[in-house]
Amino acid sequence: MRAFVSFSILALIAVGLTLSLSHIPFGTDRMQVANYYLNHGVADTGALNLVTAVVLDYRALDTLGEMTVLFIASLGVGIFFSWPKKEGSEEDGKRGLPPASLIVRRGSQFLFPLILLFGGYIFLHGHLTPGGGFQGGAVIASAFLLMFLGNTGYHLRQKPLAVTESLAGITFVIIGLIGLGVSGYFLNNFLPKGSEFTLFSAGVIPILYAAIGLKVGAELSGIAANMFQSRSER
Amino acid sequence: MIYIAILTVAMLIAAGAAYLFRDLIAAVVACAAVSLIASVLFYLLQAPDVAMAEAAIGAALTTAIFVIAIRKTGRYEK
Repeated sequence: MRAFVSFSILALIAVGLTLSLSHIPFGTDRMQVANYYLNHGVADTGALNLVTAVVLDYRALDTLGEMTVLFIASLGVGIFFSWPKKEGSEEDGKRGLPPASLIVRRGSQFLFPLILLFGGYIFLHGHLTPGGGFQGGAVIASAFLLMFLGNTGYHLRQKPLAVTESLAGITFVIIGLIGLGVSGYFLNNFLPKGSEFTLFSAGVIPILYAAIGLKVGAELSGIAANMFQSRSER
Repeated sequence: MIYIAILTVAMLIAAGAAYLFRDLIAAVVACAAVSLIASVLFYLLQAPDVAMAEAAIGAALTTAIFVIAIRKTGRYEK
């Protein structure tokens, strides 16, 4: 009986999917909104990278939602790892792992500032070249991860990370509210667009991307710090 | 076009290896290889933004988080 019910539900879903998919024309260009973005994106937003134009101008509110999702994920990891442990299970991390070899330690310390610089470059040039806040933030977090993996006992204080994250999130919302006050639309691009191919162009988009980059970098580094450091050394 | 085919085959091999390895560190490295090849494929298919996200998150962050999890549990699959 149960098999029959599940099979009939599956068959119903399959028929529905087939019927709805058969109405979608394949191979013909029906994406009018994509053509609009391609033809008018640079003039509308001032961002040469059209992905950035969509993410931070046409669909900037969705980006705010995406940042909220990441924030909730980071919050969940923080809560999970600060849960009191059961009696008798000793804190690990104090297990006395042997230090990595000199090459690994010095190599990671040498690469750390360069990776940070690259991450900053990615999110500051998000409106000109591929990449943006999320990618730059992930690159910054990978620099901290490299330090954690290459140096036993590397310590990252949580407080500055939390402050950076909060300030960046507040900056994003405040810029959105200024746009709402100036022109009546939340996250409207109220600054002058500037000339193309320059760093200071595209209005508020570089500021927003810097805020997103710092926020994502701080959140992902915070997740890494939560997992690597035992509670006593936070 | 031939590069895309070669990379796709390599990606399939890495995914199969990730399934077959009993050593979990090796399996995680194979997963990272899948992500890395996926990001190269994204780049070849002219989606550099997605390629960067995939390289940073799929190949670096996910791998490191799996390595931490393996360090805190056990290295070999039972």
